[in-house]
Amino acid sequence: MEQNHTKRQIKVTRNSLFEQGYLDEQFTQLEDLQDDANPNFVEEIVTSFFSDSTRLIRNVETALENYPLDFCKLDDYMHQFMGSSSSIGAKKVRNECTQFQEYCKARNDDGCIRAFQRVKQEHATLKRKLEAYFQVSL
Amino acid sequence: MDTSNFSCDPPKLHVLVVDDNNIDRKLIQKLLEISSFKVTVVDSGSKALQYLGLDEENTSSQFDVNLIISDYSMPGMTGFELLKKIKNSSTFKDIPVVIMSSENNLTRINRCLEEGAEEYLLKPVKLSDVNRLKESINKSGSQHMGQHEQDQSVDCHGPTPCSPEQKPKQNGLLKLDELIATNSIN
Repeated sequence: MEQNHTKRQIKVTRNSLFEQGYLDEQFTQLEDLQDDANPNFVEEIVTSFFSDSTRLIRNVETALENYPLDFCKLDDYMHQFMGSSSSIGAKKVRNECTQFQEYCKARNDDGCIRAFQRVKQEHATLKRKLEAYFQVSL
Repeated sequence: MDTSNFSCDPPKLHVLVVDDNNIDRKLIQKLLEISSFKVTVVDSGSKALQYLGLDEENTSSQFDVNLIISDYSMPGMTGFELLKKIKNSSTFKDIPVVIMSSENNLTRINRCLEEGAEEYLLKPVKLSDVNRLKESINKSGSQHMGQHEQDQSVDCHGPTPCSPEQKPKQNGLLKLDELIATNSIN
């Protein structure tokens, strides 16, 4: 009984992540690469993502403290961030990264700062949700 | 009877992956390994050249590479610059080079194909892309783009001298049409 409940819970959690737009099709691609030979692939790559992106966030925070803003450097960081987000299917995070890059292109200081707050928010939310998801599905 | 060396399986194709993004490296590696490629991964164009023995030290390479897959946007040497160096080398010019990029930029795609890229893959790369690539590599085998005339159309940057006269290849233009067709269907 409990096993069925857990399975249902996993399914519900997973579906809601997609329905609410946190994840997109690319996440399913990752899941398809997981099999008996690679049973933890999704969790491993997601863990790497959060490790890398946390470092990138710190780098961007530092860069945003140095005026005049180095938009080239900021754009490079966000290009990395966006690439990784896209590769794991982190839809909302990726979209916020794109917004940030727009403000970079426009050389808009305030815009960048605000956009980055949203990137951090979405990043933190996704981290929380995926941690919960992986706990349930372990 | 000693059957330890007996194998029905053909030798795996060896791919060299070049990407500065850690997550993308992991993803591509998994995609390729699942598709039965042997994979070597490096994080820069200069390391790729080192591996191939094309760097300044001219270390001879003992590694048999059947395919090179490189990201376009990398710090230092871009995938495009790496592509040019490989296509200008007598040893490696016939090795298929695939460029990956998050940008669906027609000018960029055209440039890469004209420079001799086998394909241009949009990131994030999918299993279907790798499957298609594998089929294409197996089909063409050792036969490759063949002779083409050279005319000057590429812009050069970096210390490498321009190669004389590069003319767009017929095959490259065909690939571009296929790419457009694929994109519009999707």
